[in-house]
Amino acid sequence: MVVVAETLPRPATRFQFLLDRRDALEAVLIAPAILYVLLLVGLPLLLAIYYSVSAYTLYNPTWHFVGLANFEQIIQDPTFTHTLANTFIFTFGSQLLGLVLGKFGAFLLLRPFPGRKIVRALIILPFAVPVALATIAWRWMFDSLYSVITWTLIAMGLVERVNAPNWLGDPHLAMLCVIIINAWRFFPFAIVIFLAGITAVPQDVLDAATIDGAGFWRRNYQIILPMILPIVAIGLIFGIVFTFTDLSIVFLLTQGGPVGATSVLGFAGFQTGIVSGDISHGAAISLFMLPVLLVVVIFMLRFIRRREI
Amino acid sequence: MPRTITRSLGQVAFFVALAFFVILATFPFYWMVITAFKPNSDLYNLGNNPFWFNQRPTLDHVIYLFDQTLFARWLLNSLIIGLCVVIITVITAVPAGYAMARMTSRKGEALGIAIFLTYLVPPTLLFLPLSRIIAELGLQNSMWSLVLVYPTFTIPFCSWLLMGFFKALPIEIEEAAIVDGCSLFGAFIKMAVPLSVPAILTVVIFTFTLTLQEFVYALTFISSSDQKPITLGVSTDLIRGDVFFWGEIMAGALIAAAPVAIAYNLFLDRFISGITGGAVK
Repeated sequence: MVVVAETLPRPATRFQFLLDRRDALEAVLIAPAILYVLLLVGLPLLLAIYYSVSAYTLYNPTWHFVGLANFEQIIQDPTFTHTLANTFIFTFGSQLLGLVLGKFGAFLLLRPFPGRKIVRALIILPFAVPVALATIAWRWMFDSLYSVITWTLIAMGLVERVNAPNWLGDPHLAMLCVIIINAWRFFPFAIVIFLAGITAVPQDVLDAATIDGAGFWRRNYQIILPMILPIVAIGLIFGIVFTFTDLSIVFLLTQGGPVGATSVLGFAGFQTGIVSGDISHGAAISLFMLPVLLVVVIFMLRFIRRREI
Repeated sequence: MPRTITRSLGQVAFFVALAFFVILATFPFYWMVITAFKPNSDLYNLGNNPFWFNQRPTLDHVIYLFDQTLFARWLLNSLIIGLCVVIITVITAVPAGYAMARMTSRKGEALGIAIFLTYLVPPTLLFLPLSRIIAELGLQNSMWSLVLVYPTFTIPFCSWLLMGFFKALPIEIEEAAIVDGCSLFGAFIKMAVPLSVPAILTVVIFTFTLTLQEFVYALTFISSSDQKPITLGVSTDLIRGDVFFWGEIMAGALIAAAPVAIAYNLFLDRFISGITGGAVK
């Protein structure tokens, strides 16, 4: 509509007047994006909160208000506390592993060597491909019978075929597998974040520190690390948000099993809300993500503000 | 002499560590390739060395994928969904990014951060209410539901990316156009947009890859096989009962993942500077 008004040869209409006022034009330009986000992110978010305090199911869609009863029922359910604990283990386990791998990998990639660009492109792959497809490949690698990892361990004489590890059938191993896949997915991201941070540290600062007698460790931990902390924090926030709320890895790898050992919040919300059709309880389970997200967002805002000062 | 030994030892350690990272990152893809082209009799034989072809490689799995499954349909679905979402995103995010970049005072920056934060609201929090909204609109079990929902994360992300770009574009160019008789809106359409073609191209590529990577909404909204996008189809539809057709699944995953991986590698630096929002200066 707006485009049409403009391409006409100078019709002195109201639109023309509107489009020559800077603030009005800006409002018109930004409105579609804001409307879209308000209608399909803001409104659903409010609806989710409303579902969680009502007795709304797919089979009985009444908007009966029940207060915090859904939350009380959920908290008293031991499988839910288990799920909550799993979510934290999954998130922090994989982020820690990803960060360690990322720091180490970035340290390697800082050094110039022939073929560095190709190596970087290869290392980025886990973060680039759709996570669902990568997870399916990992599932095949963790197959109970044809696992290539088991085959290698047997070939190396480390385990016997009869007591070979059942990767996805053992509760602890299954959690480890889920963590490994997520760390595998995020470590390239961590590498790139570290690299972006480190290469932005001015060389003269490092030279000055070297002249003043700072050694390798001191340069690393007292100069480089504090300087790259803001960007690492933002990267970490992304990692935490997308891991804490993840559903795809667990859904495709273990279906939350064995016996709920790898069930996480996103998966439990999906099972209850979509598969079982108990929308109000599903929404209540998903809303347990909100406090964590809020903390993360507050941290992020503080970082952004500090950067501006 | 001992010094050169330590140095070459260090060199060896460096390349061993590097090799570890490359193998860690690429092995699952190598595994996809090997599995996709192995005949079943080779694939499901524990006596064979799994790392290489013990029999002649075969195209059977790929042929099966196109002949006996809806794979081609899923590819087409993904293409249609991606193109529609790209159009919606470009139409809304380019003006929004421009407006936020040109807003005087800190209003633009604050709006930009607010829009960007919505990118962090996860699908697993929104899928329940959104599935109800989609049912109300009569879009349940249709790929058009994804066309409607995917812009909720591509618009915030791309607006933010474009805001950064337009900020770097000198405002003097538009001012000169306005002095020459252009309206404010004309300056945006005739000056700023043509100059931002590279940034818009980045947005197009990213929007497309983001739609290919999405899984949660597709899983929640779509259950008919012929409406599935490629990622969902390959990961959930090639399993009959409890039987996994690994050769077909890996072939499908490979075909679906390859273009995304290539596009991502080409545009990675812009992606990183986009999400860190210039935290590095």
